[in-house]
Amino acid sequence: MIINDSKLKKKAQFFLFGISFVVYFSILCLSCYLKPAQKGITIAGSTSIQPFADQWAEVFMSRFPEKVVNVQGGGSSAGVQAAITGASQIGMSSRELKPEEKVLTEFIVAWDGLVIIVHPSNPVDNLSLEEVRKIFAGEIISWKEVGGFAKTIHVVTREEGSGTRVAFQEMVMGQRRITKKAIVQDSNGTVREVVANDPYAIGYISLGLVEGRVKAIRLDGLEPSVENIVEKKYRLVRPFILVTNSVPHGIVQDFIQFILSEEGQNLIQKQGLIPARLVKKGQSKEE
Amino acid sequence: MRGKENREKLIQLFLLTIALSAISILALISIFIFTEGLPIMFRHGFKKFLFSLDWYPSEGYFGLLPMIIGSLLVTAGAMVIGVPLGLAGAIYLTQFSSKKVRNLVKPMIELLAGIPSVVYGFIGVVILVPFVRENFGGPGFSVFTASIILGIMILPTILSISIDSLMALPPSYREGSIALGATQWQTVRMVLLPAARSGIIASLILGLGRAVGETMAVIMIAGNATALPRSILDPVRTLTSNIALEMGYVSGEHRQALFATGVILFIIIMILNTMANLTSKRMAS
Repeated sequence: MIINDSKLKKKAQFFLFGISFVVYFSILCLSCYLKPAQKGITIAGSTSIQPFADQWAEVFMSRFPEKVVNVQGGGSSAGVQAAITGASQIGMSSRELKPEEKVLTEFIVAWDGLVIIVHPSNPVDNLSLEEVRKIFAGEIISWKEVGGFAKTIHVVTREEGSGTRVAFQEMVMGQRRITKKAIVQDSNGTVREVVANDPYAIGYISLGLVEGRVKAIRLDGLEPSVENIVEKKYRLVRPFILVTNSVPHGIVQDFIQFILSEEGQNLIQKQGLIPARLVKKGQSKEE
Repeated sequence: MRGKENREKLIQLFLLTIALSAISILALISIFIFTEGLPIMFRHGFKKFLFSLDWYPSEGYFGLLPMIIGSLLVTAGAMVIGVPLGLAGAIYLTQFSSKKVRNLVKPMIELLAGIPSVVYGFIGVVILVPFVRENFGGPGFSVFTASIILGIMILPTILSISIDSLMALPPSYREGSIALGATQWQTVRMVLLPAARSGIIASLILGLGRAVGETMAVIMIAGNATALPRSILDPVRTLTSNIALEMGYVSGEHRQALFATGVILFIIIMILNTMANLTSKRMAS
């Protein structure tokens, strides 16, 4: 009898578990169909812009607690797609829009310099645009050819589709392809990490992310600095663009206005970005 | 009495549903991958996907051969490192060590399986990559580095399942062999390993599966270059890292090409699994 009892108990327990599982599961499924309460806006896209968007959103929300901004990554192309389909109200792109994407309303919110970086111990500190192109195309394969060690150059690039890579491709490589032998890393941070650890590596990252562990290369003798970019001397400059699929209104409008306000622009200037007003559009295309 | 029977049937039905849902998830995933990945392969031709060396997805070149070879190389390298270590460890811990040592060492090695792969990748980047670069040459991100890290990652799988299958053998096998005058090593080699082979092969299959499928650690340490590696010190890209690296940005054909990568990975894993199953069956008969 006692044994039977405990068996029954076990069965009952099992049943309870089963039932609760089914209930839980159906709630889970149901919740997929329920629309989440509309609370604020979503901004998604370029991982290069994301950290800055996070800051803007943080300050914006502390100012207007009732206006919620969700920041998501995903990459430039995904961000533009999301803005077109309406999955997010604002898309972020760190490359120029393609012709078929021009249906969107664009706002240039900042400018970013692209910097060629090497290891601090590397004696090379100046390269011409042509040399950079040849190094990344795999034609110059030894540092010796550009005045450095007699060592093979380890080219580090970003993955296909990355906004930073697209910008580098357009501004430096032109029609040339980046060598297949290049090491591929999937963020600005990891490129910097690789170059900071490898004396023979070369890579490219955002100006705002350059720090002491890597050395910024002068391009045709020009230091990649905010001053040189503003004075239109340093040419590797790309826009950070926000896109919306209609004329913005409501929170979207407030948020973009905040970003373009002096306060919003000061916020990113501290991080090494160049405020939108300091550079005219189209400058990066001047050659 | 009838109430009991009904209850029994109900439980059966309930368990059946759960079992079916597991299978249906597998079916859904396969259908999804194939419907997303196959059209582009038909459009461009299988040959282009399987045998072309050029991966320039934005220009419409989708050659996956470097990644296929990359996946196979890295997996083979991991097996070369992980299998001897795992087997030797299992043999030592079951046959030669004291129970105390086994009870101490086995859980510690199993703990290795609980370390997230991103941590392995991080350790690889910080310690192993510079070490390989300084002592062996090349950029450090390489087939070799990835093989070492993956070999360590599959070690706990191989070791713990091999130990379990060796321990599951009836003690009379070992005792009989020793009684006949065989040395301990002869016993292991000629009696115990053949008797436990199905479990050991299962451990190898699981290890293989983990090595082929590992993504995060490989992205961090393999270098991900799309060129065909010329030596084990060259960087390499695997099928899994190809998907994970470019997934974030893709749209259109590029996206479908990544699903096609998934299709090929799927097929490769099926082939490896079938091969392993066949060998284990053949060895059993």
